[in-house]
Amino acid sequence: MSESNLSTGGHAAYMEESPYAIPSRKLTMWLFIISDAVTFGALLFAYGYVRAASPDWPAPFKFSPSILNVMIMTVILITSSLTMLGAVDAAKAGDKPKTMRFLFSTMLLGAIFAGLHLREWMGLIHEGVRLFQNPWGSSLFGATFFSITGLHLLHVISGIVALAVIARGYSRGSLSAGHVETTGLYWHFVDVVWMFVVPMVYLLNIAR
Amino acid sequence: MQEASAPQAQQGHHGPPEGFIRKYVFSLDHKVIGKQYYGLALVAVFIGMTLSWLMRYHLIYPNGKIFGLELLSKVGAPGGVMTPEYYLSLMTMHGTLMVFFVLTNAPFAAFGNYFLPIQIGAEDMAFPRFNMMSFWVTLVAFLVLVTAFFIPDGPPISGWTAYAPLSAVGTDAGPGLGWGQNLWGLSIAIFCVGSLLGSLNFIATTLDLRAKGMTLMRMPLCTWAWFITACISLLAFAVLLPACLLLVLDRMAGTSFFIPAGLVVSDRLQAHAGGSPLLWQHLFWFFGHPEVYIAILPAMGIVSHILINSIRRPLLSAKVIIYSMMSIGFLSYMVWGHHMFVSGMNPFSSLMFSFPTLTITIPATVMTLIWLGSLYGARIRFTSASLFALGFISMFVSGGVSGFFLAQPSIDIYLHATYFVVGHFHMVMGVAAIFGVFAGTYFWFPKMTGRMMSEGLGKVHFWFTFIGTYCIFMPFHYLGLAGNVRRYSSFVDDFLLPLMPVHRFITIAALITGAAQFIFLYNLIHSRFRGKVAPVNPWEATSLEWTIPSPPPWNNFGDRHPVVYHDPHQYGVKGSLGDYVMQDSPEKIENES
Repeated sequence: MSESNLSTGGHAAYMEESPYAIPSRKLTMWLFIISDAVTFGALLFAYGYVRAASPDWPAPFKFSPSILNVMIMTVILITSSLTMLGAVDAAKAGDKPKTMRFLFSTMLLGAIFAGLHLREWMGLIHEGVRLFQNPWGSSLFGATFFSITGLHLLHVISGIVALAVIARGYSRGSLSAGHVETTGLYWHFVDVVWMFVVPMVYLLNIAR
Repeated sequence: MQEASAPQAQQGHHGPPEGFIRKYVFSLDHKVIGKQYYGLALVAVFIGMTLSWLMRYHLIYPNGKIFGLELLSKVGAPGGVMTPEYYLSLMTMHGTLMVFFVLTNAPFAAFGNYFLPIQIGAEDMAFPRFNMMSFWVTLVAFLVLVTAFFIPDGPPISGWTAYAPLSAVGTDAGPGLGWGQNLWGLSIAIFCVGSLLGSLNFIATTLDLRAKGMTLMRMPLCTWAWFITACISLLAFAVLLPACLLLVLDRMAGTSFFIPAGLVVSDRLQAHAGGSPLLWQHLFWFFGHPEVYIAILPAMGIVSHILINSIRRPLLSAKVIIYSMMSIGFLSYMVWGHHMFVSGMNPFSSLMFSFPTLTITIPATVMTLIWLGSLYGARIRFTSASLFALGFISMFVSGGVSGFFLAQPSIDIYLHATYFVVGHFHMVMGVAAIFGVFAGTYFWFPKMTGRMMSEGLGKVHFWFTFIGTYCIFMPFHYLGLAGNVRRYSSFVDDFLLPLMPVHRFITIAALITGAAQFIFLYNLIHSRFRGKVAPVNPWEATSLEWTIPSPPPWNNFGDRHPVVYHDPHQYGVKGSLGDYVMQDSPEKIENES
């Protein structure tokens, strides 16, 4: 991959080659992603642990509206990953207006995802689901549901903010295509995490 | 969590600091940040040590008044006499301060920050701004934790491991479990964030900012140790963070991750159901065991680095030391269950955790054998630093041998809740790592301040500390074998009374050894201002930190870009300077591997 237009992490002639041919910033984002994946992994482990230990784990999600809503959210998030790819490609090609268009659509799709998610949350809260109780069974259903999807939602929202900061800097010329790419890594990671959340939190709990 | 938003021509590059605040407070300079970490660890260690004094005094005089303690807590020490609960509060704070703010901060964050960039020939860390943030986040965590002393209920009584459900249920279970425990959970969660930032920085710096010729295998052993430690802490703290958040949710939002159904505490049925206390132990020890190696690996690296310098010849194999540290790092994630043999976990799991625990002793033993084998027939230069390095090996062996016993569930079930375990981890993790820090301090103080420490005082300090810690912690093993349970605030049961003379001996040893630490403190402060001016390379060492002035300028190497020609083990060879060749010296060495 050509990195010629990126800041290459200080690999001046007087320095030893890095074992990875990527800038420090990108390497650090990968490291952060590994660490963050472990954090999500711990939460999902905790969820699996208490779910397996609870005889009265509820399965409240009906196809409509819950699963349908989740499928729409998933499609939106995947599409936002595609537009993010578009933004990185356009930034590498130096096409500023196109990059901005793609970044903006990514943020918009992210915001729709967050909106649909919050609407779903409001619906569940309306049905009586709380962190400490719910009408159907083990109180930990609400606790795990809100903490796992909440952490994910927090990641989506901070991703949107990050994209806004990056888009502003990129349009002004103070940030490079490398910054767009690094933020893209983060965005895709949030997408991948959702791919674990959907089967574990939603599909395992479909109402029969 | 976003990257620094300004484009940098070169990673880690920043201009000279201007003004007091940028120079000494919100400094981007890795050297100042390293010193700040060291200062924080120093404050924490003296608080932690004072707490251990108070506990030891209380153990032999359960009704003894402690002057001034009433001022700290009216509830915890009415009339200056410590209540059993307050004993546990102090124990919690002692453990938390020592493990997180001393053993994690001093050998890894303090020395690593100061010397890792210099040893690889870099101008600074890869992300100076992250680096600064990691210290200030850690400081906030420290302040949040010590606030627990000053709230009416006092600090939590659940120990540094904060075992649920005790830590999760709230004030019904005892004092300190209200806001004290909340502060504890928040403090540790904040600490995790600071550690994460630090680890990212350490790894990126090591991989990306090495000077020309500084291949990975030419890095000094302590650089390797800091690098591997950073990799461990990147994943370990990532598990403790959500664990603490879930604990805080249990306490503040009414969830019951760690609280089972039907739990009755103080005659009150807890309004929680469905959780599992074992889940906390799994999450905590998945962090907790790697944490042990986060404390000890940097010390191993520092000691290897100093040992080579004082025996004036290479270790039998530096490569094997590196591979051993890597395998310890890898295995450290598979052994957490050995802390849970008596937790009620399935006995079959105990067996599964026992096996890798015994396996992890292999790389540790290999390293020990390399150190001892390298010492055989060597002409050691006895300095305070090398004495503490040798002391480290002694502590590591003495404390480690009891690990073989504890790794086996059948023996551990008898010994786990006794002073045997307390003695084991204090020697192998606590004191050994602290010896690494002392060794590092005596070795690097000239570089950090530009002045020499007093060698005489250093040696006095060493002998007091070395003999003292053996007097304190060796009898712990005996107490444990005799059935002396831990976490008791006084021993008034019939079967424990005959052990009281041993406790008295330990307390006296602890008071003397603790007092000896003020020799170190005096040496540190006095030498800082009045010490002999240090030359560039007082120990005739080979690594890059000894090629630059003491103390180094803000950009370490000035305008020079160091080029490295050798590994740092070139002692006992003929060089233009004597029996060693500096890493950046272009002279040829015969038979260099």
